[in-house]
Amino acid sequence: MISLSDFLIVAAILFGIGIAGIIINRKNIIVLLMSIELMLLAVNTNFIAFSYFLGNNVGQLFVFFILTVAAAEAAIGLAIMMVLFRKSGTIEVNKLDLLKG
Amino acid sequence: MTILQMIFYLFSAVAIASALFVVASNNPVRGALSLVLTFFAMAGVWLLLHAEFLALILVLVYVGAVMTLFLFVVMMLRVNVLSAREGFVRYLPFAVLLALIIIGLTIIAVGPKQFGLTSMPAPAAEVAGYNNLADLGMVLYTQYAYPFEISAVLLLTAIVAAISLTHRLPTRRKNQIVSKQIAVKRADRVKLIAMPSVKKINLSDKPSEAGEPS
Repeated sequence: MISLSDFLIVAAILFGIGIAGIIINRKNIIVLLMSIELMLLAVNTNFIAFSYFLGNNVGQLFVFFILTVAAAEAAIGLAIMMVLFRKSGTIEVNKLDLLKG
Repeated sequence: MTILQMIFYLFSAVAIASALFVVASNNPVRGALSLVLTFFAMAGVWLLLHAEFLALILVLVYVGAVMTLFLFVVMMLRVNVLSAREGFVRYLPFAVLLALIIIGLTIIAVGPKQFGLTSMPAPAAEVAGYNNLADLGMVLYTQYAYPFEISAVLLLTAIVAAISLTHRLPTRRKNQIVSKQIAVKRADRVKLIAMPSVKKINLSDKPSEAGEPS
């Protein structure tokens, strides 16, 4: 039988890969958004695993809401990226210094 | 090793390998496609956790809608593939170190000692006639109806925001501007040129000036 810690470890590995992707990528905002999706997937897996092993389906409900918010986030993020690409002609993270931050 | 464990390890290995490829690939299209593979594999893992509705939602909404949107945007932008490698090697040790720290600490925290089968036994199998969808719906439409409505409004807000961000007035399309049409003067359009009336014009020599009289 598969234990809860197996699911949690897989989710942890996915989360770590997502964080590594955010650090590594200095060139492309799209890959950065995809890394955020990976981290959300790992968190959702944690929710579902605990929901199954604790016999409580509110965790699955929370995943439902997270999926909603993540879909909205992806749509708005990609829209902002389109506007950015039109304004500056690039989506490289290094060159986005319009705010002089 | 039971067959369930084999399925679990297969799906997990596919998910982790394709997640690594998402991060490491320099072509965003291939990255998006391997993220689709990650979602499929994790949907399989979610099916093992008896979350059938959410697994299907993951495939339908994420693979069908969100990743399609990603691919659409990736293919619309002109991304310089060759320059995507710059800085990869420079930040690679730091990223690997941080990822290993996070993964290691999490494994120590949630490892088999804490959440193994002895401390957290697998739940009993569901009774016959159990319906995951009905079970979720009973909670969603009674106790959590208000957050459900809020999430619907959130999606509407996202639609409005995305459209208003990316919509722009047409620049290349040829459409009427009525105020300019009304405000035009005779001098803007008509120009009288004095030409000698006896000179012969060879029409076949000038095919390019057939349309617009200057």
